Amino acid sequence: MTDVAIIGIGIHPFGRTDGVSGLEQGAFAVRQALKDCGMDWGDMQFAYGGSSAAGNADALVNQLGLTGLQFVNVANGCATGGSALQSAYMAIKSGMFDVGVAVGFDKHPRGAFAVEPEKMGLGKWYGDVGLALTTQFFAMKIQKYMHDYGITDDTLVKVAEKNYANGALCPHAWRKTALTYEQIAESPMISHPLRKYMFCSPAEGGCAIILASVEKAKQLTSHPLFLKAAVVRTRHFGSFEVFTQGQALDQAPSPSVDASQATFEMAGIGPKDIQVAQLQDTESGAEIMHMAENGFCADGDQEKWIQEGYTKIDGKLPVNTDGGCLANGEPVGASGLRQVYEVCVQLRGEGGERQVQNNPKVGYTHVYGAPGLSGCTVISR
Amino acid sequence: MSQAAGANVPQKSIDPKLFTWPSNKPRLLGSQCNNCGTTSFPAQASCPRCCSEDVETCELGTRGKLWSFTIQGFLPKSPPYAGTETLEDFKPFGVGYVEMPGQVRVVGRINVSSPEELAIGMDMELVFEPFRTDEDGTEIISYAFRPVA
Ligand SMILES: [Zn+2]
Repeated sequence: MTDVAIIGIGIHPFGRTDGVSGLEQGAFAVRQALKDCGMDWGDMQFAYGGSSAAGNADALVNQLGLTGLQFVNVANGCATGGSALQSAYMAIKSGMFDVGVAVGFDKHPRGAFAVEPEKMGLGKWYGDVGLALTTQFFAMKIQKYMHDYGITDDTLVKVAEKNYANGALCPHAWRKTALTYEQIAESPMISHPLRKYMFCSPAEGGCAIILASVEKAKQLTSHPLFLKAAVVRTRHFGSFEVFTQGQALDQAPSPSVDASQATFEMAGIGPKDIQVAQLQDTESGAEIMHMAENGFCADGDQEKWIQEGYTKIDGKLPVNTDGGCLANGEPVGASGLRQVYEVCVQLRGEGGERQVQNNPKVGYTHVYGAPGLSGCTVISR
Repeated sequence: MSQAAGANVPQKSIDPKLFTWPSNKPRLLGSQCNNCGTTSFPAQASCPRCCSEDVETCELGTRGKLWSFTIQGFLPKSPPYAGTETLEDFKPFGVGYVEMPGQVRVVGRINVSSPEELAIGMDMELVFEPFRTDEDGTEIISYAFRPVA
């Protein structure tokens, strides 16, 4: 089997872009990725694309060119972008194609994601009484985790403070103003223990990643990156997930644990080898828990890691160097691909003010979302 | 404040499959798998653990320990929320999972509005009470938890 290279990356700035549709933001990202590797849309043999709220991704061909390529729409909840990439990885890995694109974009209405409990088989009563809110799930998961492993409110604030500070250094980020500790710690309590500025918001954006077989990549560029592993996993019975009405007494690990272990196994390396990581930070607590779920530290060690700044850009494992979901918002279709884009930028040494020092060679991404699925990658130089 | 059948105001369950009602001793309903023993909430026609369809409806306990909690700090978006509060009179409410021993952890509203009143591991009990009142005056009955006094 061939190995898989990343040869082109493109992004449409995240946030709010009035007057530009989600589809147009996706097309923008694809054009940027093509320019990045000096290829044309007509060179693309396949595409996997996804969007949850901004239309069918395959409509991109109307803007980019009706070339007859194999275009498959991907819909996989919050891991849609990660799943598009994983599908593209398999398409190359199988030997069927040697160059193609994974693309994701979205444009969500302002405010919380709309929830229709009956469509999810949850019963009308659940929404009626005020339980169908994703924010409650995140709050209860970190509440339990803080109780069990001694994570403090102060650490929740510091994670958000770090991500907004990183976002302020990043051209594609939505929130480009660093928030002070006090602004975060005194923002309104949304769902105890989580405050307003500890949560990400639905947003807009587009991202595209062009993959090629290593053989093809070597013809095109002298410095390709390598997608060493790409894995998607879903929940087991007993894992604690959003919109759980009755939680099993036997607790199973999160799908992030499964996805992470499979990813490291596929890449043939371990968490200690990773020099820069993007971990799903739907809210501050998620980033903290995902550090352990992905194997980077033991449960409870996050308190020390964050208090000592290990996950800052100049720390021993920089996490969410572009500000993560907190500073970029969450356009569901594009979010997982943004993480891959950012790791590529860091491995190429093109991070500018947010560049991780000492020439990182190996990076990691982790996207997690409803209804309980995770997608992880390892990327190297 | 559990209200028995025969109260003066007409009452209706928020979902007849969720708990026994009307009843002098209302109980939440779950399902018990005859193949693997797993208890689920709410009741469903097959087992989420082993896929067996050999399940039967069972009554859940009324007391348990608080597994985790939060306080809903803002007025939930409507729909789906059917509460009748306004932005002006909304009062935060608790939400948590209560572990029914040997059965399942059940999510529900908790009748407190401050996190200081709650702690993981504390004893909780189930109450059945009006959640809201319909236009025709019918009280819609739901369940909630409260700390054991
Ligand atoms: Zn079973």
